[in-house]
Amino acid sequence: MYLVPSLVMFGCGVFGFITRKNMIAMLISLELMLNSVDINFVVFNRFLYPEQHEGMFFTLFAIAIAAAETAVAIALIINVYRVVKNVDINQLTKLKF
Amino acid sequence: MPLSYTILVIAIPLLMFLFLGLAGVKMGKKLTGVIGVCAMGVTTVIAYAVALTYFFGTGEQVVDGVRQQLVLNDWTWLKFSDHLVVKLGVLLDPISAMMLIVITTVSFMVHLYSLGYMSDHHGKPEKGFQRYYAFLALFTFSMLGLVVSTNIFQMFIFFEMVGVSSYLLIGFYYTSPAAVHASKKAFIVTRLADLFFLIGIMVLSFYTSTFDFTDLMKNPANALASAQGATFMGCSVMAWALTCIFIGGAGKSAMYPLHIWLPDAMEGPTPVSALIHAATMVVAGVYLIARMFPLYVLEQGAMDIICVVGAFTAFYAAAIACVQSDIKRALAFSTISQIAFMMTSLAVSNADGALIEIHEGYGLGYMASMFHLFTHAMFKALLFLCAGAIIHAVHSNENSDMHGLHKFMPITSIAFLIGCLAIAGIPPFAGFWSKDEILVACYAKGLGWGLWMSMVAGLTAFYMFRIYFLIFFWKKHEVHTEHAPADQPWTMTLPLIILAAISIVAGFVPAGNLVTWDGAALTTHMDWSVAGASVLIALVGIALAFRLYYKENELPEKMKNALPNLWEAAYRRFYMDELYQFITHKVIFQNISKPIAWFDRTVIDGTMNLLGDITNSASYAIRRLQSGSIQWYVFVYLVGVLLIAGVTMVCVLI
Amino acid sequence: MESLGNIILYFVAALSIIVFSVMTVTTKKILRSATYLMFVLLATAVIYFQMDYEFLGAVQIAVYAGGIVVLFVFAIMLTHKPGNDVAPLTLHKKWLGLAAALLGVVLCGYALFSYTKFCGATITSVSALDMNQLGHMLLSTDKLGYLLPFEAISVLLLACIIGGVVIARKR
Repeated sequence: MYLVPSLVMFGCGVFGFITRKNMIAMLISLELMLNSVDINFVVFNRFLYPEQHEGMFFTLFAIAIAAAETAVAIALIINVYRVVKNVDINQLTKLKF
Repeated sequence: MPLSYTILVIAIPLLMFLFLGLAGVKMGKKLTGVIGVCAMGVTTVIAYAVALTYFFGTGEQVVDGVRQQLVLNDWTWLKFSDHLVVKLGVLLDPISAMMLIVITTVSFMVHLYSLGYMSDHHGKPEKGFQRYYAFLALFTFSMLGLVVSTNIFQMFIFFEMVGVSSYLLIGFYYTSPAAVHASKKAFIVTRLADLFFLIGIMVLSFYTSTFDFTDLMKNPANALASAQGATFMGCSVMAWALTCIFIGGAGKSAMYPLHIWLPDAMEGPTPVSALIHAATMVVAGVYLIARMFPLYVLEQGAMDIICVVGAFTAFYAAAIACVQSDIKRALAFSTISQIAFMMTSLAVSNADGALIEIHEGYGLGYMASMFHLFTHAMFKALLFLCAGAIIHAVHSNENSDMHGLHKFMPITSIAFLIGCLAIAGIPPFAGFWSKDEILVACYAKGLGWGLWMSMVAGLTAFYMFRIYFLIFFWKKHEVHTEHAPADQPWTMTLPLIILAAISIVAGFVPAGNLVTWDGAALTTHMDWSVAGASVLIALVGIALAFRLYYKENELPEKMKNALPNLWEAAYRRFYMDELYQFITHKVIFQNISKPIAWFDRTVIDGTMNLLGDITNSASYAIRRLQSGSIQWYVFVYLVGVLLIAGVTMVCVLI
Repeated sequence: MESLGNIILYFVAALSIIVFSVMTVTTKKILRSATYLMFVLLATAVIYFQMDYEFLGAVQIAVYAGGIVVLFVFAIMLTHKPGNDVAPLTLHKKWLGLAAALLGVVLCGYALFSYTKFCGATITSVSALDMNQLGHMLLSTDKLGYLLPFEAISVLLLACIIGGVVIARKR
């Protein structure tokens, strides 16, 4: 039962990641996907192996990593914005040959 | 060890090469020259000390009247296996001691002479003076290293180094295309010969499993026996190995048909010609054979080849020398002829087909050859340096520009005359004694050989005096430059005088006591019939030259017109160069190199190009996939994952 | 999940997750998108609490809702002029994304519901992990210890701090 919202969340993440052009929006979609995976870990841990805590710790670390990743990504985006005055992924062609 | 300072003789020129080559640019010309000459002088003194101690001192080098081979230093350099070790060292025996004297003397003279000669080039200040001295030092080093080699591999290394320094010096005037061609030619021809040398070394060392001369020479019969039974194309491999080594020596010593580089090598500065192409480097081949002599003696086949090649070359080069108009070229052919004399003399040594026992007259040819090497180095260096002085004075190599120089350059003229008398074999000059020994050895081999070599000796006298008369007499010299030619400054005349003096007295050196193949003294006795005959024939040659060339007359022109084809052929060196040109260009290039080049360009390059093209077009075709759009990647990835998942699901569920 | 309240709470949370995540990716304004994301994350935290993972829920709220969303808002403020709409989506791209996402959801949903026994599973009540125990596990080196990943994460975070500063600083 708990997996249904996670599933929908993941689908939304995929949809957003593929369709949005704004880099920040893409990042938000990415966070959605990550979050749904976190839920999955916790749920499996809780329902299948309630005596152990691997899934829970895994989620804990995943959250930490997600925070780090977001920080770096946003730093990059801001830097890109300074250079090209845009956050549109399709406009970012300066490094293309 | 009392003679351990011998290593200095080699070390000083090497240091001078490095020093002058690296620091020379920073120094002035004068300083460079003076340093080079002084260092060479010191080297000469040490070399004399070494040689005199070796020959006349009392010490370990003489045991029961037999001079031993002394191995002074021997460092292991490369170790292939327990038996096959390449060493670097210093070996002292009669011939290497003698060669030390020859090389350092001539080199010192040339160093001194070059101070004057190289100061200007046709009136312009010479470029690369420091480079010249550095190369001279390098050459001297490699030649000295060659003669004191303890093993055949070290000899090969120095053989190559001699070739390199010769290449550098011939191409000294690298702005002139002729010099560049000449240096390339010399390098390639000698390299071809060195290839055979290397093959010979490999075969020899494979069967005897040693490189050391001392090991080889101590028991030559054993060395030969180690390859017993191994034959190749009907001859024993040892004969092949020795022949190959001889070819290597022939390349350096300019034996027919590998002589073609030597006349062209005259493009280099004249003192270099004197040093390299007359006195020292070209005798490297002779020295090589002499060094391996105990092996050659036991291998009749190889000796016969050397004998025939030597005798033919002697005549061939002498015949060409008779018609050359360029004095340096004429001298070059004379050199070839004289070297061939030495080779022949070495080769006739086993006249009785003796095996290991020592025979009377057995080592005579060897001794005569080495003796002639010594005297020839002196008077040929003298002749070349004289030629250099003349060229320096008249700025031309052609004898048509000279004529009648006797009045202007008396010292040079007299020195040249002494050189000519020496090479022609008139007593008491040096050439007489050594050439006489050679002729005796040849007569001992057979009457035919003796007559043939006597004839060549007569030719020698003829062409040398032809050159002499054409340069210094023939007709009055026309002065068409502002300053009349004159004797050169003391740096250039002093070496001439010294060498002339040596040429007069060198014949009295008791070579028979000093330089013999087994180290024991050899008693020689004048064979007056042979001596008389050779003097007679030399006088005939001189008289003929006097009649033809002393005063301007019609006779030479008439002779030329009587046999125009022969004259033309001889002038063009019997078309050897054209033959080589034909063989290399028409035969080798056309039939071998062209197809190889075609194969390389079309097949090998084509394959590579094809690979490149395929990659190129393939990447061009799939370039759209690599759009850089991350969303597209994700989509494709997702579709792939879903497909796999779907297929798995279907497979599992059904 | 015995009590009715729990069930209702679950449904509220699940529904808000579904609705807000859909809105997150479909809204026109990027700032709103970030706000909806925060709601999704909070709802997720609710679910964690419901499963007796209090610490995890607290972390979720603190790090995600508190940290990351604020970061997003700042980034949006920095890079967007207020009131600008996101450019409308191109149609084929939209369909493409929708098709891919739906395909995935359908496939996974099918897989999920084919294991029906899993759907009805209930939480067996276990003693919740108290903070004391959790702290010991995080910093112990024995079999169930997580010291190594903990340290690795801390180094990673340090690297990220430095990297973020270096990348984003003004040149």
